[in-house]
Amino acid sequence: MNLLGTWIAAGLTVAILSFLYRDNPFYKFAEHLFVGVSAGYWVIYIWAFDVKPMLIDEFLRQAGVEKWLLIIPAVFGVMMLMRWVPRTAWISRWPISFTVGIAAGLALTAQVQGYIIPQIQATLLPLVSIGKTTSETIARSFNNIMIFVGVVCALLFFYFSREHKGALKVGSKVGIIFLMIGFGASFGYTVMARISLLIGRLTFLLQVFGLR
Amino acid sequence: MLQSIVILGLLAQPPANVIAYDTPNDEGSSITLMWERSPADSGDAILFRGYEIYRSESATGEFKSVGFVPAGATRFDDGNSEIQDGKEYYYIVRSVTDSGFEDSAVVGPVASGAQWFNSQRVNVLAIALLVSLLVIYYIRRAHAGGRLFVRKIAGLDAIEDAVGRSTEMGRPILYSFGLSYLNEVWTLASLSILYRVAQKCGEYSTRLLVPHYDPLVMSAAQETVKQAYTETGRPDLYDERDNPFLTADQFGYAAGVDGMMMREKPGAVFWQGYFYAESLILAETGHSVGAIQIAGTTSVEQIPFFVAACDYTLIGEEMYAASCYLRPEPQMLGSLKGEDLTKAMIIVFLLCGAVLGTLGILSEHFFDYRGLSVLFERIVQWFNTF
Repeated sequence: MNLLGTWIAAGLTVAILSFLYRDNPFYKFAEHLFVGVSAGYWVIYIWAFDVKPMLIDEFLRQAGVEKWLLIIPAVFGVMMLMRWVPRTAWISRWPISFTVGIAAGLALTAQVQGYIIPQIQATLLPLVSIGKTTSETIARSFNNIMIFVGVVCALLFFYFSREHKGALKVGSKVGIIFLMIGFGASFGYTVMARISLLIGRLTFLLQVFGLR
Repeated sequence: MLQSIVILGLLAQPPANVIAYDTPNDEGSSITLMWERSPADSGDAILFRGYEIYRSESATGEFKSVGFVPAGATRFDDGNSEIQDGKEYYYIVRSVTDSGFEDSAVVGPVASGAQWFNSQRVNVLAIALLVSLLVIYYIRRAHAGGRLFVRKIAGLDAIEDAVGRSTEMGRPILYSFGLSYLNEVWTLASLSILYRVAQKCGEYSTRLLVPHYDPLVMSAAQETVKQAYTETGRPDLYDERDNPFLTADQFGYAAGVDGMMMREKPGAVFWQGYFYAESLILAETGHSVGAIQIAGTTSVEQIPFFVAACDYTLIGEEMYAASCYLRPEPQMLGSLKGEDLTKAMIIVFLLCGAVLGTLGILSEHFFDYRGLSVLFERIVQWFNTF
């Protein structure tokens, strides 16, 4: 049975990789199978790990106010399902609006706490840092200056309510250079990771076909 | 009852001044214990093992071990699902050496509880309020007719060209939210961009395909497209089958969208949302079918791939600004201006910090004066408490 499963996995891998040549019936078959199986899998997953344990089981387990509070998400869930009936489809807008509103509110503190404050903390640096040797002083100072200039100029690039002219234009240009250097480094790093994934998949195929 | 046992070696002496209190700023079910180190605890774990914490529901009842901390520790957080909020508990802290142990006096009763307000986050609240006040001020100003400017964003100007090009070629347009969920800010920004794209599609009678990864995003997108078509006077163009749910699996979704692109051959593709490893697979397929591609994401890891494979890329916050650029309503413009002023304040704060820190270092090095350095360190320390 395991052998059969391995051969099916290898066959589907080859079918998916055949997309590199062009769209073909093997790819179409693998694609539809993948989409269908994964969609079905997620339906079961959401039932088993979200709806049942977090709503039904909790409702049966809890007592008092906490039990009845669970009615709210349950009603919202039912309201979402109203989309199936064209005449009542408008009811689904209520839970959507609620979700969007909550998301916007939570995002404000998350952005301040998770991104803005740590970035400021990491950039509060003196531009000069004295080391034990002259070369260390130069290296550390250069590092601090790069961090400061990079952060300030990147912020200037994302300044939208003023036209980028004069000093703002220069600052934003420097900012985009810093951003692109960062993206380039990230690109190279991620490509290396992807290559290792490809090597893993090719190794699997070579093993299945007895070439390794 | 617990007893002290001293066999040989270092005499175990109990920790002093043990206190137990409800852990502050938490969601309950946690009690914190603090104590002064035992005279036998020099911080050396070889001589003095540490402290074992015992809990009981009554002062004279059976105490159960709930945790152990090594030598030198003076605090233990008893955060345990067994602890019921409002119920009283008693604790003993036991000093443990190789040769024996000695118990502190019983402390308690103490009960845990949840706090509605986290007092350690007051500074974050202050910043959030400041940003909110700025945004409200500028929204009111925009409502009052004040002119607020939004700079040109290249990728957004290309939307009309992209839709027009697809129409001329007789091809549909594909719009993807990637792996976004509805409770994420970029999804809200993307919905605004979708609205604009759908409006253009309505004007040009061009088919718009929006395959989905998340059912909630699908619902919101369907409403958005329907409304945009209705407002352009073409509600008949709306077809729910063009807004399908594919799968909530990352690569299943990527395979489905790739197949859709190969068969439908869209003339323009919009990647607006949050993407992971599938970004390059999608963008490369879009490129291979000859589509003009406009991407936008806040995913720092994926922006490079879109920059490499797409014609235009909205980088990070440009995606948020896109909403204002496309729909320059007072609320949008006011919030953008408020955010920009916050950025300006951050830049000024960083600049002042850098100048102060640099002067502090130089004055200390050349004139042996530490005043400025101390002030800078205090500011950094204060900010690090955030």
